[in-house]
Amino acid sequence: MTVGPTFRDITGVGTRLGRSLLVPTLALFSALVVGGFIIAVTDVDILRIWGSDPGEALSQTLDSVGGAYRALFQGSLGSRRALSETLFAATPLILAGLAVAVGFQAGLFNIGAEGQMLMGGMVALYIGFTFDGPAVIAIPLALIGALVGGAIWAGIAGFLRAYTGAHEVITTIMLNFVALFLTDWLLKTSVFQQLGRADPISKPVNEGAELPRIFGGDFRVTIGLFVALVAVVFMHWLMSRTSVGFQYRTVGNNPDAAKYAGMNVVWIYVAVMATSGALAGLAGSNQILGLEPYQGSSAFSSGIGFDAIALALLGRSQPVGVVYAGLLFGALTAGGREMQGSERIPIDLVVVIQALIIIFIAAPALVRAIYRIKGEEEGSSQLTSGWSA
Amino acid sequence: MQLELRGITKRFPGVVANDAVDLTIGEGELVALLGENGAGKSTLMNVLYGLYHADEGEILLDGEPLVLGSPSDSIAAGIGMVHQHFMLVPVFTVAENVILGAEPTNSLGVINHRKAEATVREMSDRYGLDVDPGALVETLPIGIQQRVEIMKVLSRDARFLVLDEPTAVLTPQEVDEFFEIVAALKEAGKGIIFISHKLKEALAIADRIVVMRQGRTVAEVDPAETSEQELAEHMVGRHVDLVVDKNTVEPGPVVLDVSGIQVLDDRNQLAVNDVSFSVHAGEIVGIAGVQGNGQTELVEALTGLRTPLSGSVVVKGEDVTTASPREMHRHLVAHIPEDRQRSGLVLGFNVAENMVLDSYYDVPISRGIVIDWDTARSEAETLVDEYDIRTPDIDTAVSSLSGGNQQKVIAARELHRKVDLVIASQPTRGIDVGSIEYIHSRIVAERDRGAAVLIISSELDEVTALADRLLVMFDGRVVAELDPKKATAAEIGLFMLGSGESGSEQ
Repeated sequence: MTVGPTFRDITGVGTRLGRSLLVPTLALFSALVVGGFIIAVTDVDILRIWGSDPGEALSQTLDSVGGAYRALFQGSLGSRRALSETLFAATPLILAGLAVAVGFQAGLFNIGAEGQMLMGGMVALYIGFTFDGPAVIAIPLALIGALVGGAIWAGIAGFLRAYTGAHEVITTIMLNFVALFLTDWLLKTSVFQQLGRADPISKPVNEGAELPRIFGGDFRVTIGLFVALVAVVFMHWLMSRTSVGFQYRTVGNNPDAAKYAGMNVVWIYVAVMATSGALAGLAGSNQILGLEPYQGSSAFSSGIGFDAIALALLGRSQPVGVVYAGLLFGALTAGGREMQGSERIPIDLVVVIQALIIIFIAAPALVRAIYRIKGEEEGSSQLTSGWSA
Repeated sequence: MQLELRGITKRFPGVVANDAVDLTIGEGELVALLGENGAGKSTLMNVLYGLYHADEGEILLDGEPLVLGSPSDSIAAGIGMVHQHFMLVPVFTVAENVILGAEPTNSLGVINHRKAEATVREMSDRYGLDVDPGALVETLPIGIQQRVEIMKVLSRDARFLVLDEPTAVLTPQEVDEFFEIVAALKEAGKGIIFISHKLKEALAIADRIVVMRQGRTVAEVDPAETSEQELAEHMVGRHVDLVVDKNTVEPGPVVLDVSGIQVLDDRNQLAVNDVSFSVHAGEIVGIAGVQGNGQTELVEALTGLRTPLSGSVVVKGEDVTTASPREMHRHLVAHIPEDRQRSGLVLGFNVAENMVLDSYYDVPISRGIVIDWDTARSEAETLVDEYDIRTPDIDTAVSSLSGGNQQKVIAARELHRKVDLVIASQPTRGIDVGSIEYIHSRIVAERDRGAAVLIISSELDEVTALADRLLVMFDGRVVAELDPKKATAAEIGLFMLGSGESGSEQ
């Protein structure tokens, strides 16, 4: 007897991606519709004339909502620069989303991607400004450092879960705070702090460690995007083709059965968290090596580690799903800036639309109810009916 | 007062779950509805309870058609259902659970607890339920929780009760008490539909037995004029061997030698106290006992899931007292766990994935860390054929297979390796007759091949039928060693309750 959604319902672990694409699409649509209403009702100028001239108010409302979504489109997909901005924004989102998704698949709620990004980023930063060499060595070295940094930080939570039973949700949230203030402190030490600064701003990394831009200086998207895509392919392979991924998924679905089958569940918890943290660390390195001014500052992870949770949910915890979700969020981020710039719609509203998408996604029953889509469960619970000997 | 289902047909995509089913039930009558999993019993009852809408057919109460759009319609018509999985709020008291949904309140909406408790007490006395209205449900044993469910139904003035596999969750003593309650309900004029796949129980308590197979009613018989054999054949649709067919095999050398082990349970209480026994190659040793007398902990200790406090476990001359489950697997020990859904299978995984759950890490299934799914899948295909697993394909999630087929997946995974020792715990719990027969024949085949087999079961019939040698566990100790061919059920039963005279105690 279960009440409310199960872990499986929420994270989508075990569902096939193709069949579940309909619901996210409808969720996006629903969110845009509701978002349109919100844009309309938050425009004070239009609200004022509803009483005197409803016709004019309606047409202005349509203009306002239409303009907003046009700007959203223009800013995200409307030009080569817009596309570059979308991909640029999507890069760390995909990596961090992948990190959380791996945890979900193995039954762990890693809420600590934010902290792991910071720790991984700090290692990349340190390597970035100390190691002075060609890019072919400096970049891989910094990225590996980020992997290790994130893995160790997340491994702490995995270790605590495995050997003391402390729940990873609590420990990773707390480790986020530790990481945040630890980086602030580190950035003010002489090792990291830029000469002549009093605030937590680090030295910039050496030029060799800067991630090159794919399409030249005008377009901000870097080879970090390739790193992210390689990570996606690697994780897909790891989860579906290897014994490591098989163990992760078994523990995620049924830790008891994993134990009975001879898997070392305790060790797997640590390994899963480390894998997750490594990916988050990579996302963190992108925040240092992948954008100007190529230096560390307070909370440089800028909330991406939290967006990652939403991304993993949106992508049904599948690596490929996370790519779609990352591109969507990247587009919303890039388009949101345009909405803010040209239509003077506050960035908060973009966040509201993002949140609406999550609400609709995280509650698939809601979307199914609105569009009267039949549940997947009905009539399929006993496939072997009528197969009796 | 008579309830009649007439020509009920219910189709699901690809399956006719009920095909023109007729069923009548009168006042004070107990009808047993027998059938294997997937025969359509549950669908029929869900139609009666208003959860499904029949595609064809009607439901009549005293000749008047009933429209049952939802469970509340059924409740209003006096039809109550006790589900196999209880719908109770664990942290509420018995009385609170019983009144839930129809709370006696005063004009201000305040619940009258005293009245609720009085109602429960009155019902408890009338039907001999012996339930304390003030007890918290979570503190009650399963058997008593079931009575709370029955009281919930009775408190809504049900005249017809549907009991869905009510004995599946009960211990043998609880079953006897349950039968007394059922008799009291009949006495009070309630019509009862008793859903089961246990033939003995149906024969013992039913006034009439209806057998369903593949969505149809295939037989309606008087229990006085039928036999277990005949019922089983109606259920399965072919000849069935209820008696395990086995010849005698001369036991070989000792394979499993357990001496003086003590095992703690999760609460650090001594669950297994100084148990010693051995199992020889080509021999089936059965362990009988009421559940909760240390069998679970004993099996966990023998399969590497729990480390004994003291004593030793030796398999084929090697000390494996502290071995891990993986090491036991490498020592060619197969384990069929007592709870297939909790620990034997990953329900969300497909058949192929479940088949390699304990062998994924090594050749031929994987090289390095890469799993060779082609090999794994072709092996799974072979096993599905060899073990007669009824599944659309190996990509089907095991959660959608019937219990019997789920158990066959485990049997295939564990037994195909030509192991030296088979440890099977409750190997046929809650599965259909056809699958029981199959699993039993497989276990006997393992013995004939020369494996040592240890069977732990709370089904007395099962252990006596399979075992060459029978041990009885009570309170963490082996209290008797018996010859299953000579010992009577009554004799074994006394040992199970801890009151038998000491036999050849070890």
